[in-house]
Amino acid sequence: MENKTNCVEVVRKQKQAGKWVLISFVLLWFFVLIIFPLIGIVRETFKNAISVITSSLSSTASTHAFWLTILITFVAVVINTIFGTIMAIVFAKQNFKGKLFLESLIDLPFAVSPIVAGFMFVILFGPGGWIGSWFYSMNIKIIYALPGMIIATLFVTLPFVAKEIIPVLREFGIEQDEAALILGASQWQIFWKVTLPSIRWGLAYGVTLTIARSIGEFGAVLVVSGSIINKTQTATLRIHDQFTDLNYAGAFSAALILALISFIILNLIQYAQKRKKRI
Amino acid sequence: MNSSLKRFVKGNLTLRGIALFYIGLLIILPVIAITTEAFKGGIPNLWKQITLPQALFSLKFTFIIALIMLVINIITGTATAWVLVRYDFPLKKTINALIDIPFAIPTVVTGMMLVVLCGPRSLIGEFFGKHGIEIIYNKPGIILALIFVTFPFVVRSVQPVLIEMERDMEEAAQTLGASKFKVFFHIVLPTILPSILTGAALSFSRALGEFGSIVIVAGNIPMKTQVASVYIYGEIESANIQSGLGTAVVLLLSSFIVLIFLNFIQRWSNKYGK
Repeated sequence: MENKTNCVEVVRKQKQAGKWVLISFVLLWFFVLIIFPLIGIVRETFKNAISVITSSLSSTASTHAFWLTILITFVAVVINTIFGTIMAIVFAKQNFKGKLFLESLIDLPFAVSPIVAGFMFVILFGPGGWIGSWFYSMNIKIIYALPGMIIATLFVTLPFVAKEIIPVLREFGIEQDEAALILGASQWQIFWKVTLPSIRWGLAYGVTLTIARSIGEFGAVLVVSGSIINKTQTATLRIHDQFTDLNYAGAFSAALILALISFIILNLIQYAQKRKKRI
Repeated sequence: MNSSLKRFVKGNLTLRGIALFYIGLLIILPVIAITTEAFKGGIPNLWKQITLPQALFSLKFTFIIALIMLVINIITGTATAWVLVRYDFPLKKTINALIDIPFAIPTVVTGMMLVVLCGPRSLIGEFFGKHGIEIIYNKPGIILALIFVTFPFVVRSVQPVLIEMERDMEEAAQTLGASKFKVFFHIVLPTILPSILTGAALSFSRALGEFGSIVIVAGNIPMKTQVASVYIYGEIESANIQSGLGTAVVLLLSSFIVLIFLNFIQRWSNKYGK
């Protein structure tokens, strides 16, 4: 009996030691990887005088870049929320040939390099492309212009809303839809009164992820936009431009603002996730 | 009743049509367009573009650093998930919340953060520089950037599985005298393996395509620190569309392979996991 308790005691002590080694390792890793870089960027920004920071942030090129990012993000969120919800409803509630294949295709934007994504759209929507040539003949420019940048952002954020809602809809089942249908509800009514209430937090989560990715997207937008100052330069492109021009005050202050926005979005994401779990 | 059912079916078909149109326009058509363009000059020509010394180097280099990142991330990611689920310690909640930061921060900003932290002018950079190790504008910087941007994948895919895992088997093994390592490798690991592989596949595909953070951190010297995505971008910029296409098609193919692998794991874990 005594022997046994001793054994348990030893095991427990071993476990304790191992536990704190592992915890300190993870904490160290975490600080080196995430906290130190964050502190670094704040320090680097405030090395410069406040006046330098504000003047570079309020320059025409910078304000234009930030407005462009906001505009593209807004459009991408609206379009991908609508199409994402439709795709989710179709994949969760309908059955048809090739469904599995198409559903796994939705993940492609996550797996593909943003540069390759941008490249695909340059080829398809460029002056010589299948779709591009048609628009060019009507004098509408897509690549190196706003439409191309929106399309690229739509591509990289396409999976978020759909992927968040599909599992919720699957779990929810179609019994309530059927009940509503039998009671004579129209599809529109079913969507607003049955589907939407069940998916709203999943939707909110998907939308915040879409916002975060749209604001931060760089590679795909860089390829399709040409990064023309005051024209097709978004906030991330502007930061990159200033950084390579060794204009560190401008680059870091803008980066700090984007980092702050990301931080707020992160909190929203976590909130939406918690609510999603609760329902 | 009959007419409302008809309307319902019609509505369903409309929705399906819209969904297929959107996927077709944004995913299928672009993939077909770039593949057709790449194969236009024939397979020998495409092969020639892929095996250009600079292109081939960038591809090999990308795969090697992605593999290094993968090994580090599997170990640290699993450890992090384990610590967050199994132990209580100060700051746990904050850390759990901050794990997702790499997903939220724009990749360009990530690159700049690493330059500030480890660049030649920084404390860490100076220290390593004295010992002849260059972090930023060299390989360690690229690997660091990749680890940062892919850090959440493994953690976030292993964490939920660990939370739901029953602990009675572990306890049974422990009372029977199994060592901690034995318990981990024989009981815990088989259970969380599919989720580790899922996280690993996601971070691998992300690392193969990563651009924003690397372009700032890498120095991008051809045949030395140039990854595939940076090479492709350079070729597009200098209007060498054909040579960019070869590398792009290889990256695209790798993305598809990762997707197939992910589907396979999912099916495998659905079959044996329950």
